[in-house]
Amino acid sequence: MNRSDIPTVALVGNPNCGKTALFNALTGSRQKVANYAGVTVEKKEGIAELPDGRRLRIVDLPGTYSLRARSPDEVVTRDAVLGRLAGEPAPDVILCVADATNLGLVLRLALELKTTGRPVVFVLNMIDIAERQGIEIDVDALCAGLGAPVTATVATRRRGLASLLEIAATQAEGASDLGPDLWHEPSASDVRNAHRAARDLMRSTVRPPSRPDTLTGRLDGMLLHPAAGVVTLLGLLFLMFQAVFAGAAPLQDLIEAGFAALGAAATAGLPAGWIQGLVVDGLIAGVGSVLVFLPQILILFVFILLLEDSGYMARAAFLMDRIMGGAGLHGRAFIPLLSSFACAVPGIMSTRVIDNQRDRLTTILTAPLMTCSARIPVYTLIIGALIPQRTVGGILSLQGLVMFSLYAAGILSALAVAFVIRKVLWRGGSEPFMMQLPDYKIPDPVNLLRNLGQKAWAFISRAGRIILPLMVLVWALSTWPSAPEGAEGPAIAYSAAGRLGHWLEPVFAPIGFTWEMVVALIPGMAAREVAVAALGTIYAVGGAEGDLAQVLSRQWPLASGLAFLAWYVFAPQCVATLAVVRRETGGWVWPGVMFAYMLVLAYLAAFIVYRVAAAFGLS
Amino acid sequence: MSSDALRAAPESAFRLGDVQPGFRGVITAVRRPSGSAPGATDPEELELRLLEFGFVEGAQVEVLHEGPVGGDPIAVRVDDMRVALRRSEAMNVILAAAST
Repeated sequence: MNRSDIPTVALVGNPNCGKTALFNALTGSRQKVANYAGVTVEKKEGIAELPDGRRLRIVDLPGTYSLRARSPDEVVTRDAVLGRLAGEPAPDVILCVADATNLGLVLRLALELKTTGRPVVFVLNMIDIAERQGIEIDVDALCAGLGAPVTATVATRRRGLASLLEIAATQAEGASDLGPDLWHEPSASDVRNAHRAARDLMRSTVRPPSRPDTLTGRLDGMLLHPAAGVVTLLGLLFLMFQAVFAGAAPLQDLIEAGFAALGAAATAGLPAGWIQGLVVDGLIAGVGSVLVFLPQILILFVFILLLEDSGYMARAAFLMDRIMGGAGLHGRAFIPLLSSFACAVPGIMSTRVIDNQRDRLTTILTAPLMTCSARIPVYTLIIGALIPQRTVGGILSLQGLVMFSLYAAGILSALAVAFVIRKVLWRGGSEPFMMQLPDYKIPDPVNLLRNLGQKAWAFISRAGRIILPLMVLVWALSTWPSAPEGAEGPAIAYSAAGRLGHWLEPVFAPIGFTWEMVVALIPGMAAREVAVAALGTIYAVGGAEGDLAQVLSRQWPLASGLAFLAWYVFAPQCVATLAVVRRETGGWVWPGVMFAYMLVLAYLAAFIVYRVAAAFGLS
Repeated sequence: MSSDALRAAPESAFRLGDVQPGFRGVITAVRRPSGSAPGATDPEELELRLLEFGFVEGAQVEVLHEGPVGGDPIAVRVDDMRVALRRSEAMNVILAAAST
């Protein structure tokens, strides 16, 4: 059957109304996630099948309170509903999805949707919770008042789906005689009038709960408490970091060992030469360097999804808003920035929760300053090599202290950069911080797993498509031209990367970098931790013996090592991050701005650290 | 800016941005902030946003919680919904204290 023959049904509703759970229940595994053309808004569509074989194309639109669009997400919802989206058929039926326990705002949205002239079906989702609370809804009266069919569902338990699909399909068949599209951008008095109408409708059709939910109130009493709430938040963060770093370690070791074994097998199986190099050092090492972050990112996403689905995320934003606001960041920037401690790529992807474009850009620009886990191998190598194992004040390890100050430097510079962006780049209006605090819910494991799978795949495909070709490019640059017969020194010195390193050496000399360090920065573009492997190549092939850390401790002056660490606090040279920023901002302007400002800060920081350290006689 | 709104309001009027957790009242007016201070949201946008989140004349309001730093933002029950907003934004919502 031709796709365009299948009627299109659009899901519209307030955020947190269980719309996505309903979408998953209706379409099961027959769904695909892509992006709308030209924007970074996620497009979810799937096929629902009725028992008699009729099919409906279901589109899940971003949650909104109004068709008066403010964010890119809401623009998509508005344009899709109005049939203005290029390459998208106008919906034949609009399903207005409501949280049955919370009808106040969605009734107004339903009345607004009615003005588009398209058939609307009003869906009372989570009706089980409403029943449990003793909320009584007069469905017939609601039906008459809205002038639209009303049906009840429990998406997570698959209740009411068959009759919903039946109503939607029937409405779609009658969709040829559309009413006139009377929708226009509502004014303040339009909104007031619609609220009045919605409230009258609510009063005449819904009896308030006889057993209201008190759990959310009691939980908020603790979780939003100025002291206990903050302690709980910090505890959750601590747990999350423990899980991300400690919990992922065995899996990461396994992946690393697996790829090492694969590399060894390929080395044994392929004749020596450039093909072997391409497969082993380019492809296998490239795929490995992406996949090794997957366990951390999966654990991170599990936490984020749990926090989001349970309703806690809005509370975290509430607690953090003032602290973040001091630096010009939105409370919702908290989670993207937190995710960036694992990797800036998922962090930047998750900035989509921020409505306002400027707030979102500020968050995107500062996210890579959070110390991502790709920096950790670099930090541990150089700290282990150059910082003596001493204790400070009898308890604190000097090495740990250096590590801590590198993390702190990242956070402080992110706050400073956000502050400067706010003051310099856009002094205009700040975005209101207004959000619903949804009722707490126990997350549905099936939905959680499905979302996790989609997010993991988004990371693998986005990061993989960028990192893999780059790894191959970097490998080629560090391999060709090959060293002449009987040449001295490491082969990489004769390659394009090596020559580039030599050529750039005078630029980096003022910050104390040797040509080896400059060369290591080049493969480090593919992923920051690859610099460690590159240093290994340079010094191992250079004839030095023993552990890389020992080599570095002999060959690197302390001041240069510290300058290298300072450079890596900023480390502008992560191409995956830059490419994701390009995708999320739709152009090369913001990746350019990001690269430039991080490069300047990295150079300045390394310069200052080198000069100060040299002045103390550490060179 | 919002002092105009307060002046125009009756004696017993409170601004939502001023009151403490535990306060209950009814919204008597949602004002469009007059004149925009630098760094403030577009006045019309803020009014519409407040209305869309249910801050509309006649709605029952109860302040539930306040943020850990400087008592900002605040969590408010508006009819049957919980909403978080900053005190500066809440200044445009004028309340009459509940009679109880």
